[in-house]
Amino acid sequence: MRAAASPRCWGSVVPEPLLSTDRLVKRFGGLLATDNVSIDVRPGEIHALIGPNGAGKTTLIGQLTGNLAPDSGTIRFAGRDVTRLPTHARVRLGLGRSFQITSVLREFSAIDNVALAVQAHDGHSFRFLRDVRRDRKLREAAQRGLDAVGLGARAAAEASALSHGEQRQLEIAMALAGEPRLLLLDEPMAGMGVEESQRLVAFLQALKSRCGMLLIEHDMDAVFALADRITVLVYGRIIASGTPDEIRAHPEVRQAYLGEETA
Amino acid sequence: MSEPLLSPRVLVTALLLAVLAALPLLTQAFDQRYLLSVGTRIVIWSIAAVSLNIILGYGGLVSFGHAAFFGIGGYAVGILSAEGIQNGWVQWPVALAASILWAALVGALSLRTRGVYFIMITLAFAQLVYYLASGLEAYGGDDGLNISRSRFPGLLDLRDKATFYWLCFALLCASLWFCGRLAHSRFGAVLRGARSNELRMQALGFPVFRYRLVACIVAGALGGLAGILLANEGAYVSPAMMSWVKSGDLIVIVVLGGIGVRFGPLYGAVAFFALEELLKPALDLMHKGWGEYWQIVFGPLLVLIALYARGGIASLLGFRRA
Amino acid sequence: MDYLLIQVLNGVQLGLLMFLLAAGLTLTFGIMDLVNLAHGSLYMIGAYIAWTFVTWTDSFVLGALLALPATFALGVAVEAVVMRRLYARDHLDQVLATFGLILFFNELVRVIWGPAGKSIAVPPFLSHTIEILPGVPYPAYRFALIVVGAAVALLLAWLVARTRLGMLIRAGASNRRMIAALGVNIELLFSLVFGLGAVFAGLAGLMAAPISSVKIGMGDDILILAFVIIVIGGIGSIKGAFVAAMVVGQIDIVGRAFLPELLKTFMPPASASAAAPAISQVAIYIVMAGVLVWRPTGLFGQRA
Repeated sequence: MRAAASPRCWGSVVPEPLLSTDRLVKRFGGLLATDNVSIDVRPGEIHALIGPNGAGKTTLIGQLTGNLAPDSGTIRFAGRDVTRLPTHARVRLGLGRSFQITSVLREFSAIDNVALAVQAHDGHSFRFLRDVRRDRKLREAAQRGLDAVGLGARAAAEASALSHGEQRQLEIAMALAGEPRLLLLDEPMAGMGVEESQRLVAFLQALKSRCGMLLIEHDMDAVFALADRITVLVYGRIIASGTPDEIRAHPEVRQAYLGEETA
Repeated sequence: MSEPLLSPRVLVTALLLAVLAALPLLTQAFDQRYLLSVGTRIVIWSIAAVSLNIILGYGGLVSFGHAAFFGIGGYAVGILSAEGIQNGWVQWPVALAASILWAALVGALSLRTRGVYFIMITLAFAQLVYYLASGLEAYGGDDGLNISRSRFPGLLDLRDKATFYWLCFALLCASLWFCGRLAHSRFGAVLRGARSNELRMQALGFPVFRYRLVACIVAGALGGLAGILLANEGAYVSPAMMSWVKSGDLIVIVVLGGIGVRFGPLYGAVAFFALEELLKPALDLMHKGWGEYWQIVFGPLLVLIALYARGGIASLLGFRRA
Repeated sequence: MDYLLIQVLNGVQLGLLMFLLAAGLTLTFGIMDLVNLAHGSLYMIGAYIAWTFVTWTDSFVLGALLALPATFALGVAVEAVVMRRLYARDHLDQVLATFGLILFFNELVRVIWGPAGKSIAVPPFLSHTIEILPGVPYPAYRFALIVVGAAVALLLAWLVARTRLGMLIRAGASNRRMIAALGVNIELLFSLVFGLGAVFAGLAGLMAAPISSVKIGMGDDILILAFVIIVIGGIGSIKGAFVAAMVVGQIDIVGRAFLPELLKTFMPPASASAAAPAISQVAIYIVMAGVLVWRPTGLFGQRA
């Protein structure tokens, strides 16, 4: 099973990974939060990252997005070493993310939120005079983005007035506005009802052809429905990586993680 | 965004601007010269408050050192004047350049910090300029410096009180127009977005630091302009014009008027100076000699505004924060 | 050499005074997340109350002992009436409200004690000089300031490091929610801490009175220095406040004592003595800016 963690197993047809980390290490004082993590995501693939609370998933995401600097190891994205690049530069290269805790701009309307996300990918914003509310290029793209996630009718509502599920949808519309090549999804289903979750699973399934995804999720039904590969993180260390079937059968995983889930 | 043409806020704003536009005529008609100088100060402080509103209101950055721009704009004019360069076409660009340079330096260093640290580092930089000015023995030190007003030969005579007032008022209108546009431009959207959620804006791909730095520079230029005008108003510059209390007054004006609202700074400045001018006689009326102690009422008023009236005057009139 | 020693001692004495002021400020910052601009007003009022009691009892020590509980009571009252409502607010509200309090207190002092400054005489039993080293005289009052200041600093260190109150203070500075979870009466803790800060500020004010003077606005400039100190030291850190206070004290004294001579070597004497205090002030702010650029949360502050 150790061998499964190595990309060699997938043979020679494997495309160049979009995102890969090489022996990433992050310490907080004495705590090893990321312990030699090497993981990759290929284009058109959903790679799920699971693990119990405190396994270091959020720390890993933080390093991938550029909010945390790793102590050692490298991160490559789209063929470039991005280990030292700031967040905004990584986003420009096509690394989108949605947040674990819903993080929309609460004082802005839904469409203003998405319009800002569109604006982020439309050249620089050192434009001081023209009114964004009459900027058709931004507004139309934003409306399309809202329509795509099923929020089209709520465009004018203030983000803080949206329901939790709607905010999660808005979050994804914002992440997609820049047409990212890879999406980091940090617990997208958190706090969603069964029906909303199922709709999101279908949506992400359809999205797969457009961009690769690294999915962090506690909802195991969603993970096993969506993921092409699953990596299990415990105490900052990868204990297993492979197809959903391989992970289901893995004894250490059953004990360390799935066992805890059923308990 | 359409709104009824005769809503209270439109009426009040239009009336206020009309009174301000006609102020020199009114004060002459009623023979109240003193009010014209109060009016001039209100207009100049409004420009400074508009400038602070860019970073404080739209950017959400509590700068406690904005009066430094009074000093830098003012001293640039004052020092050039003391060195025999009276021409406004030289003085003003130099003063603006100095303000921009200072804003860029302070912004680049301060924007690395957050929250209380940002408040304090901006205060410290302003104190630095304050002490530099009071150490400039050659230019008056603590006592300040009498200067002659900027000259624009053949164009304007700033010694004429009405002319000077109208120049200030025109510049205020221009800055109000500019800030209104800025608030809803792409740049303004980034600035307001970062006020709401900085991390999110970075994750969207905005280099927030650069946008905030440019906001500081724009605000600095406008603040420097107010300093230039203030120096010309009194034909005098001194360290006192940039004491930390003045920075506090500017924050008070912005909050009092309505933070992040285009006309907020104007309402705030009018209310601030009107309160001072009205509280004194009102207290004197209650008991002879009490007028001197007007701040004993004004202080608690600020506490009440902070606690219960965050939207300021603008929210009373139905304005929404941009 | 003797001159140097005396100036270093003056720097220590100034640093200790500022530490007393900064300690209360850094505690209210660290625990209540409160930007209290009006802390300098407590320093000023402490000195005025002391003046009243000293004049009344005709004894410096008795006056000081009466002034301290009065300042404590004032601090608790201010906390209950205004500050308590500000803890949950953002920094802008706190700046605005406490700025209003400064205006109020400055004016209140003018109403009660009049516009003219007051002076408190150095107590007779401390008005001589002592020899700190053979042949090096030093004013006994300033020496007493150092002793009292150091004693209070040690007391505070003991309080924070060894007592239950100190444990709560440390817990609160690093995690405000934790003290709530411990089932502590937060309201009581907050008003106690605020009152304590007021006492330290008042103590600093009354101890400074005989060597400077008691006047309106005396707290404002030193307050800004106290802010500089806690920002350099790192908000919430008593240790940081102490280290930074010592550094700032030395810079200030060095600027006053040695810079004029240095400047006179290349400046006219009048300009040199005017420029020196300004330059030493400027140096303090440059140190602060440098520290913040290097460590944006101060020397001993918590990393964001």
